[in-house]
Amino acid sequence: MQLKNGKRRNNVNSKKAKKNLSQDRFCIPTPGEEDEFSGDESVYVASQWQLMRWKFNKHRLAKASLVILIIIYLCAIFCEFFAPYDPNKYDVRFAYAPPQRIHFVGKNGFSLRPFVYGYEKETDPETLRRIYTPDYDVEYPIYFFTRGTPYKLLGIWPTDLHFIGTKEGHVFLWGTDRMGRDMFSRILYGSRISTSIGLIGVFLSFLLGILIGGFSGYYGGLFDVIVQRLIEFIRSIPTIPLWMALSAALPPHWPPLRVYLGITIILSLIGWTDLARVVRSKFLSLREEDFVTAARLCGASELRIVFRHMVPSFLSHIIASVTLSIPGMILGETSLSFLGLGLRPPVISWGVLLQEAQNVRSIAQAPWLLLPGLLVIITVLSFNFLGDGLRDAADPYSR
Amino acid sequence: MKRVLYAIPTLILISIVSFVIIQLPPGDFLTSYVAQLSQAGEMVDEATIAALNKRYGLDQPVYIQYFKWVWGMLHGDFGQSFEWNRPVGSLIWERLAFTVVISLATMVFTWIVAFPIGVYSATHQYSAGDYIVSFIGFIGIAIPQFMLALILMWIAYAYFGQSVGGLFSPAYVDAAWSWAKLVDMLKHLWIPVVIVGMSGTAGLIRTFRANLLDELNKPYVTTARAKGVPERRLLYKYPVRVAMIPFISTVGWSLPALISGETITSVVLSLPTTGPLLLRALQSQDMYLAGSFIMVLSVLTVIGTLVSDILLAWVDPRIRYE
Repeated sequence: MQLKNGKRRNNVNSKKAKKNLSQDRFCIPTPGEEDEFSGDESVYVASQWQLMRWKFNKHRLAKASLVILIIIYLCAIFCEFFAPYDPNKYDVRFAYAPPQRIHFVGKNGFSLRPFVYGYEKETDPETLRRIYTPDYDVEYPIYFFTRGTPYKLLGIWPTDLHFIGTKEGHVFLWGTDRMGRDMFSRILYGSRISTSIGLIGVFLSFLLGILIGGFSGYYGGLFDVIVQRLIEFIRSIPTIPLWMALSAALPPHWPPLRVYLGITIILSLIGWTDLARVVRSKFLSLREEDFVTAARLCGASELRIVFRHMVPSFLSHIIASVTLSIPGMILGETSLSFLGLGLRPPVISWGVLLQEAQNVRSIAQAPWLLLPGLLVIITVLSFNFLGDGLRDAADPYSR
Repeated sequence: MKRVLYAIPTLILISIVSFVIIQLPPGDFLTSYVAQLSQAGEMVDEATIAALNKRYGLDQPVYIQYFKWVWGMLHGDFGQSFEWNRPVGSLIWERLAFTVVISLATMVFTWIVAFPIGVYSATHQYSAGDYIVSFIGFIGIAIPQFMLALILMWIAYAYFGQSVGGLFSPAYVDAAWSWAKLVDMLKHLWIPVVIVGMSGTAGLIRTFRANLLDELNKPYVTTARAKGVPERRLLYKYPVRVAMIPFISTVGWSLPALISGETITSVVLSLPTTGPLLLRALQSQDMYLAGSFIMVLSVLTVIGTLVSDILLAWVDPRIRYE
């Protein structure tokens, strides 16, 4: 096994090394070329994955995106803990309350404990619209790790500890919606659905893509032709109308969890084509490689060749393409829910939250209702940058 | 020629998918239609039901219904919209025209914007301008179209005090076609065009820039430069031409994206195109209308892709002689 691995690496290298000998910092020299290189010794003995990590680390934007994504996913997993309020707790007295700013300097001078000002309410006599202004006499200090609404952490441990909260008054960091529900808490809860739908959807399309693409690339022939035509066909249908039609066909009486699964399946029914294409082209090019022939001559079984030799050598590419296809899923869910065809309240997702911001009047009155959209953009951008970084790192031997 | 033949099975598949969509909602649509009528307090006449039953062959097996539907469509009969109580055909054509107009305008917009920006950012690689363009491009890809529409609407409403929805000023909505109406439409058209075109433009700039950079590093460019060909001429005569290929080749797969984007943008801006009507049809389970929309939109896309493939073969000899 050891021998085969070494052989594979050398094989890949020698080809690339010939191509761009001079610029290639990370190339492992083939025998005979060793003398020409006087670089860092560790580069030569580093494994493929180590090289990838180094290369990825050089991509600063991708690294920053990875950090942002980790934060977003942590918030999504522990949303009950980070959210100060229950997302369905409403208080009509504070409908459309604007975001409160966090202050450190108040009437008692500077204090390390941040606080927010209370609201002063007025009603516009003409439009009957409520106008909120900060009430500088009322200060609500913000406490960390406070007791609040009880919940079960990860669905297992009952607790009532919250990351932030107030002992008296209220804190609406990102304002409230038309029923006076805290947007900050709602967005945190929404991130759980919106970000996980991307992961699950991609996982499903990944399974479909690797199976179908792998078969069609490895065996070729009639099956390949049919799959190619099918992929072309699916890609030629406008996605949003098709998604709309399919999700409109989900029975309205389904429980939320089933609708969630249904939407995920609908999204991945179209999403698998890209992955299948990548897998297929990789299979096609690897099939002819020497190390595959060698393995075949050694009498390895088909399955062993595929999973022990071929899959590891393009796994990094697959990971990169998977990362790049998550944003499409998240955007798809958001768009569908926004149109009212995807997830429906009481389920909370970013798309459902954006439904509140569907007409100009509510946006004009409460622009902070667009905040879930901002999070969608941040998440999607981060995934795109991360995917770009991974794609560059996936081929560590190239320049 | 082969491409044209390939399109035929695609069209058949599309018709099957559309038909499945029509059939998807539980129960056949006639029962829901009857229920709807009786709810509205109207007397349902047995003869009408029997006539409808016969017309769509509802008492027959599914595949016969399918053939009946396709046959009717080939003769211009798309079925009946139950919500509007009008033939589907009369409902979709006008809206479809607007969809096509917006899609085409968007494509032209994409080209016009992407070309100079792409040339600029490839020739000024790693300059501040290049970074700004790339950054805007990334945002353009990441931002959902309906978000962009909402934000534009909000800005227009909050800062300019005007409503940007619709394709016509109120005065012209019901007016007959005239020069003034056309001008009025053009005034409203740019907003959806910008919104729908944003992500496509961003993508096209990225591909164009990468292609042009590849070309610029090739030896023939260096040779030409060494021989003293003026930089401007050098740029436009060869590398730009080769790098232009994606402008045509992406038409094919950007069409579905355009139609998708147009659908959702129209819903937000409430334009008189297919989008809002499709949404309504789906919500009220008016399936003949919805199915026909999907069918016609997909067929248009396939035709567009076909045209772009033929164009590509015509423009790029490397493909023609392969």
